[in-house]
Amino acid sequence: MIYLDHAATTPMRPEAVDAMEPWLHDRFGNPSGVHAVSRGAKDAIEAARERIAAAIGAAHPLEIVFTGGGTDADNLAVTGAAIERSGDVVTTAIEHDAVLQSARFVERLGHQIRVVGVDDDGRVDPDEVVGAVTPNTAVVSVMTANNETGVVQPVRRIADELAATAPGVLFHTDAVQAFASLPVTVDDTGAALISISAHKIGGPQGVGCLYVRDGVKLEPVIHGGGQELGRRSGTHNVAGIVGFAAAVDAAAADRRRYRSVVGGARDRFEAELITRVKMDVTGVGSDRLVSHSHIRFHGVRSETLLIRLDGAGISAAAGAACHSGAQLTSHVLDAMGVSQSESAEYVRFSFGWTDVTATAGEAAARVAEIVETLQ
Amino acid sequence: MKALVAMSGGVDSSVAAALMLEAGHDVIGVTLKQWVGPDGEMPTAGCCTVADAEDARRVAAQLGVPYYVLDYVEEFTSAVVDPFSAAYLAGRTPNPCIECNRKVRFSALFDRMDALDADILVTGHHARVRAHDAGWHLLRAVDGTKDQSYVLHMLGQRELSRILLPIGEMRKTEVRERARAMGLRTADKPDSQDICFVKSDYRAFLETVVPGAAEPGEIVDTGGSVLGTHAGVSNFTIGQRRGLGVAIGEPRYVVDVRPATAEVVVGTRDDLLVAGCVVSDVTFVSGSPLADPNVEVKVRYRSKPIPSSVTPKSDHGWLVEFAEPTPAPAPGQSAVFYDGEEVLGGGVIDDVIRSDG
Repeated sequence: MIYLDHAATTPMRPEAVDAMEPWLHDRFGNPSGVHAVSRGAKDAIEAARERIAAAIGAAHPLEIVFTGGGTDADNLAVTGAAIERSGDVVTTAIEHDAVLQSARFVERLGHQIRVVGVDDDGRVDPDEVVGAVTPNTAVVSVMTANNETGVVQPVRRIADELAATAPGVLFHTDAVQAFASLPVTVDDTGAALISISAHKIGGPQGVGCLYVRDGVKLEPVIHGGGQELGRRSGTHNVAGIVGFAAAVDAAAADRRRYRSVVGGARDRFEAELITRVKMDVTGVGSDRLVSHSHIRFHGVRSETLLIRLDGAGISAAAGAACHSGAQLTSHVLDAMGVSQSESAEYVRFSFGWTDVTATAGEAAARVAEIVETLQ
Repeated sequence: MKALVAMSGGVDSSVAAALMLEAGHDVIGVTLKQWVGPDGEMPTAGCCTVADAEDARRVAAQLGVPYYVLDYVEEFTSAVVDPFSAAYLAGRTPNPCIECNRKVRFSALFDRMDALDADILVTGHHARVRAHDAGWHLLRAVDGTKDQSYVLHMLGQRELSRILLPIGEMRKTEVRERARAMGLRTADKPDSQDICFVKSDYRAFLETVVPGAAEPGEIVDTGGSVLGTHAGVSNFTIGQRRGLGVAIGEPRYVVDVRPATAEVVVGTRDDLLVAGCVVSDVTFVSGSPLADPNVEVKVRYRSKPIPSSVTPKSDHGWLVEFAEPTPAPAPGQSAVFYDGEEVLGGGVIDDVIRSDG
């Protein structure tokens, strides 16, 4: 099997598995308690908090709020900021649904939302984002890189322009896809709120965090026992948090190799494919993540192609899937001005930390063979 | 052989998939997603629900075969749902399952069969396919009480040459026994009844998709006297006895629905009798028109075949003349021609022919 869906989830890094193990066995404590077992667990999550804070260049460990994943973090950022500040939301048409649907949610509560479009390459124009800000804007949310196309967004420029023109506005970035390959830090992004997910970088599913700049208040969206200083209630996923921190360290330490090896595999995959089939690659002209290869195979319905690839042992993806598992049309492609019929011909191959250049050659050969019969 | 199995999440298609696997074939399971609620998801109640797709997925997982949900919402909406609403508002009684088979389901499945490099399509329908020298024949199911050959009458030679219906060879009790023996989770699941996009009442559905479209009118007797009023012709189907809202001593039936004047005509059982009907969009299983006009005709899914004579009309369509006066079939339903066990073809009922006309 050749797994090319790392953007959906990627295998756990051994460092994360090893770090989690004791917390799945005898070290089972609930961090919110007074006894020794609890103290052990509490110490583990605080150590994890410190490691993640250091990795992203946070000023203080308590700027890290542990959540149940990227979606949870995005909800807290967008909904929490809009409600806390009784303000409006500016975001983009290519955001993950965790951000877009949070915006829709606060819109139903009476907040205004403004959704900025993108160009044909899927890139957000910083001036347009900043231009959408009004005196009543509470939060601006722009992803670091897009999950479908891999196209990197000019978040630092947006952060700088916002700081210059609307310093009171919170800037949030969903860095879930970018973290594995790009240096995602407070300084690199310039954001006051940053979402990160463990399972996209070699940690376990069901855990993530939101970086919240010191002094920024958010209305919580999950209410309960007041964990995470009341910002995100619910008993801590101790093993998950420990594994998350180990994955953050491992992924950050591996970025240089990742960019050359994984990027090399992706490039070879595309180079070999393009000699054999008729295709367009999204975002070739712009800055994109080294892991992502978003391709339109002319005349080939992605739904069919994915099933054929599955049969040939290749895991790839297209658009988003609904509960039933059927493919939905992509709002990202829609925002890029791609027609419905063309949109149905895009497939995303995403490479990850386990992939090497040799895999890419084999994958390209198998994909080409199937696409050739369908084109 | 590589088999594409259309899995609905019911016991029949579950067993069909299992039997193909048992026979040593490669199996790919698929469910067509045809209808979504306002939230864009599959309906959660009725037939073709998320729960049904989940059952199909779990059965496929148990069998160890790949399973996919394919999106046909757009095609289904334009080819089936929109005409369904339009037909009711025009005073007809559509059969959306047949329209779906005619216009969406089989073409989608055969297209996918080719695209996925499969050799044969397998469904859980209760009907049988037989090869004879002259070609392929479509027969009623072994289990007469579950026979679904009526809804498959549109299949032609090319389709029948590429489809397997293993369930049509078994009685329903056997199907369930096999499912239980194989430990399939769908073994005791009740048969689905509803139309997949209508939860229970098509009237409520019409009001949601075309609100305010119903035009009130009068209920009249066969002599033209007004007996009462109604909220819209779409609430009535020919032969209907209940819910007429008129109190008269002896049983009254809807004998005609006239959308042009928004009139619903009621009468006695005798008034309901007609000499025949006109059928359009006719297809024949063999590919060529009937050699012998004397056949039996089913005018509803669950009705007894009526001995009839079926002949081409001069302008267009086919004329079905019943051997004896028969309660009027509802325009919009399908008329399916049988020779004993065998399905010969069929089409959509356009109009009835009054005995006195």
